[in-house]
Amino acid sequence: MSTIIEVKNLAVSFHTYGGEVQAVRGVSFSVPRGSTVAIVGESGCGKSVTAKAMMQLLSCPPAEYKGGEILFNGEDILQKTERQMERIRGNEMGMIFQDPMTSLNPTLTIGRQITEGMMKHRAFNGKEAKEEAIQLLHLVGIPQPEQRFDQYPHEFSGGMRQRVMIAISLACQPELLIADEPTTALDVTIQAQILQLLKKLQEEMGTSILLITHDLGVVAETCDYVVVMYAGVVVESGTAEEIFANAQHPYTKGLLQSIPRLDQQRAQALRPIIGSPPDLMDPSPGCPFYARCEQAMRICKNHHPTLEHVNGEHYSSCWLRHPMAQVVR
Amino acid sequence: MLNYIFKRLVWAVVTLWVVITITFLLMHSIPGNPFAKEGTMPEAVYNNLQQYYHLDEPLAVQYVIYLKQLAQFDFGPSLKSKTITVNDYIVNGFPVSLHLGIQALIIAVCFGLIFGVIASLNRNRWPDYLAMVLSIIGISVPSFILATFLINYVAVEWRLLPVATWESWSHTILPSISLAMMPMAYIARLMRSSMLEVLGQDYMYTAKAKGLSRHMVILQHAFRNALLPVVTVLGIITTNLVTGSFIIEKIFGIPGMGEMFVIGIFNRDYPVILGSTIFYAAILIFLVFLVDIAYTFIDPRIKITGEGE
Ligand SMILES: Nc1ncnc2c1ncn2[C@@H]1O[C@H](COP(=O)(O)OP(=O)(O)O)[C@@H](O)[C@H]1O
Ligand SMILES: [Mg+2]
Repeated sequence: MSTIIEVKNLAVSFHTYGGEVQAVRGVSFSVPRGSTVAIVGESGCGKSVTAKAMMQLLSCPPAEYKGGEILFNGEDILQKTERQMERIRGNEMGMIFQDPMTSLNPTLTIGRQITEGMMKHRAFNGKEAKEEAIQLLHLVGIPQPEQRFDQYPHEFSGGMRQRVMIAISLACQPELLIADEPTTALDVTIQAQILQLLKKLQEEMGTSILLITHDLGVVAETCDYVVVMYAGVVVESGTAEEIFANAQHPYTKGLLQSIPRLDQQRAQALRPIIGSPPDLMDPSPGCPFYARCEQAMRICKNHHPTLEHVNGEHYSSCWLRHPMAQVVR
Repeated sequence: MLNYIFKRLVWAVVTLWVVITITFLLMHSIPGNPFAKEGTMPEAVYNNLQQYYHLDEPLAVQYVIYLKQLAQFDFGPSLKSKTITVNDYIVNGFPVSLHLGIQALIIAVCFGLIFGVIASLNRNRWPDYLAMVLSIIGISVPSFILATFLINYVAVEWRLLPVATWESWSHTILPSISLAMMPMAYIARLMRSSMLEVLGQDYMYTAKAKGLSRHMVILQHAFRNALLPVVTVLGIITTNLVTGSFIIEKIFGIPGMGEMFVIGIFNRDYPVILGSTIFYAAILIFLVFLVDIAYTFIDPRIKITGEGE
């Protein structure tokens, strides 16, 4: 299976009055064509920044791409000019954002917002675009698409708006869909519907999906691969099965213990991860999870662990994987 | 819609009536009267004048007389100038002030919006600093300084445009610019902050992620949404501009209606004060109504309905 996008050692910083925030510090992962890859991590760990960087959506300044490459169909996105990016955005890559309440322009009809991209990338005239948009609305499960076409975002519920967002992002049938927490702002019942919709559309269109979430429950149902991020770095990655059955990194284990499970004893309480993520303004040279890790060792404080191979496609970045760790303990 | 317009009309009349009543009471509660100053006036003449203008009647009677007169769209005579009425003031002066005001409005809105947008797109870079320094100057420098400055250089030294009076179109250029400066600076600042707010919204990312070019994103998604706060202040700005500026009209020798209010107060000329206040209020009420209609075109979330809130 070929990869559609490969992120190698991506580093992004923000220049703020307080200093340089190193939001992403060397992230690598790839999305195999036709698959769904999840990026998981608590909020503030750099997921959205990574996603926006993949479409060069960050405004520089304050952002700065400090290094790495993003190979999309073999070509580095970060080397592209704004002109070239305009042709890729929306056309070859689509993006869905977290909050459907604020991600649609309140003063334009949703029909207009869906057809805009088509008219630009696919050279449709107004009539063709409208027909296509109505079909899309139908496809994403919006009833009475003809009437809905001329309505404004405030006339839609949150779930319906997210469906509109999906229609917008799929308007030009992109090869890759980046969904940045598409269900976080929605009710639980609606969440499941939206995920099902994405899954269905993926099967119909063969789109590859990068699904960003902080909810491991979402991951289990929908994803083939999982990338666990913490404080701007990848701490563990592998197939979804491996990550759920055989998590290696203490942070991943912590995440898994903090979600409710059906096979859980009733008396057993959920275990949150104590503490909060480190300051990205001045990150320590050691493992970013050191301060919160129950199994921290002396080496973790000042030396960053390397990404160790676990098995198959499973990698974990933790000193516990080191052969010497067993001896030390 | 018709229902809505009718409701607004009723409210406009009520508002005007309140304005009239308050102005009437305030004006009469100030000690003295229009003819009191002229100490050499013989007692009999004074009494005659008082009687002629009903100033000797009780306040309530004067009020009723005035309202009756107003109902026939008659603002009454000017007490000081024996030959012209308040209606004359308005009929002669308003077209001139309106002409000047509209030209100034066009300048203020066009350049104000352009500067505001440019500043916001170059936030914290030199075009932003330049536009904002200029707008602070525009807001803080009084119009008469700018006017004399323009007359001195453009008209006197370089002889590009006429110095004053109201004849050809070229006579209107300098006063229009002088009048436009302050609202332009104000609109520029307002547009800048409004644009910055809109540019930071999530839907800007959505627009960019569709592959729209930068100018499409700015024109079709940011500009229109950023206009709303500017439209809000346009009612009062336009009213101020089209009802004339005493200072600018004096400096350039323009026969507008700007002096009406000032002279009226100066002379304690009751019908002139009332007339100009009512006229100003009526224009403001009308323009605020237009602004409310304009809102609904810019922002579909705002709906016009017959029901009051
Ligand atoms: N425009 C910005 N300016 C400064 N810091 C930012 C900016 N955007 C994001 N960051 C920082 O980058 C880090 C990662 O943010 P983000 O990728 O949005 O997190 P999340 O994983 O929740 O999506 C956070 O610490 C945040 O403070
Ligand atoms: Mg995020």
